[in-house]
Amino acid sequence: MNMSSAQIWTIIVGLGIGTFLIRFSFLGLIGDRKLPEWVLRHLRYTPVAVLPALIAPLVVWPAATGGQPDLARMLAAAAALGVGILTRNVLLAIIGGAATLYLALYLLG
Amino acid sequence: MASSTTKSAFWLGARHGLPFIFVVSPFGLLFGVVGTEAGLNIAEVMGFSVLVIAGASQFAALQLMTENAPTVIILATALAVNLRMAMYSASLTPHLGAAPLWQRALMAYFLVDQSYAVGVARFETHPGMPLAQKTAYFFGTITLICPFWYTMTLIGALAGQQIPPEYALDFAVPITFLALIAPALRTLAHVAAAAVSVAVSLALAFVPYNGGLIVAALAAMMAGAQVELWMRGRQA
Repeated sequence: MNMSSAQIWTIIVGLGIGTFLIRFSFLGLIGDRKLPEWVLRHLRYTPVAVLPALIAPLVVWPAATGGQPDLARMLAAAAALGVGILTRNVLLAIIGGAATLYLALYLLG
Repeated sequence: MASSTTKSAFWLGARHGLPFIFVVSPFGLLFGVVGTEAGLNIAEVMGFSVLVIAGASQFAALQLMTENAPTVIILATALAVNLRMAMYSASLTPHLGAAPLWQRALMAYFLVDQSYAVGVARFETHPGMPLAQKTAYFFGTITLICPFWYTMTLIGALAGQQIPPEYALDFAVPITFLALIAPALRTLAHVAAAAVSVAVSLALAFVPYNGGLIVAALAAMMAGAQVELWMRGRQA
């Protein structure tokens, strides 16, 4: 990370205030009014829309290998996703992914 | 009498929130470790967990900070991850909207995935609860969850300073996000949103300052909403 302390705190405080305002929106400001159906329909997908876009390049071109595709990291990603889909359990998926990563790094490295 | 039932509503909330400390604790720990490994000091790591208390958006911001993305992109992306909380806020308003402003502000600060899930489940099965009890119940749910979140972040940050870089922690964020996404792929619409998100972000990876990320997220939200409409049309 190549950021000044002021820049880091700008992000922390900005994210803190922004997140608070999102949480406060209806409870504090808008009150008891229904969100339009089309807004709800888009909001439902925000986590599955943002997070995959954030990590897909990291899985395919990991920074740790200088951007070269890496079999151990691909296997770990597949394991985390697979365990998560099968068990619907976030912690098991993390453990499955991490175990696969270290095993594959050990066997392949 | 009224105060004793309010008190018992508070403790009921605390009891119902209890199991979730096993969900938030490992996340707090992981954020502390990964945040320190990424180069944040303890105050900065704790700043995130205390001021933001939203793990996924914290990891998203952290990842983009290590990529030296511009501040505007980092804030837009991390806030987009938290947009779902506007939905939480809207759905709790019929139950808690009549509370005094300072209480609503405090509730908004503590409106996390877990307190929302526990709270809304209770209020929908017990809509006749008086406001004071609903408020007490809601604050009960977070009395254990949030202290565990802060403390485990701190322990993770302290531990992170001791962990050498060869442990491939660079990949902790992708694994954590995959683990969060996988159980959320409940319907075809969620799968379509995730697939569009991956495809567009890879196709636009050449765009500077992580600009492709925002385009990918918007395209994916529209894909999810569209597929939901089609699926409903086919059922009808």
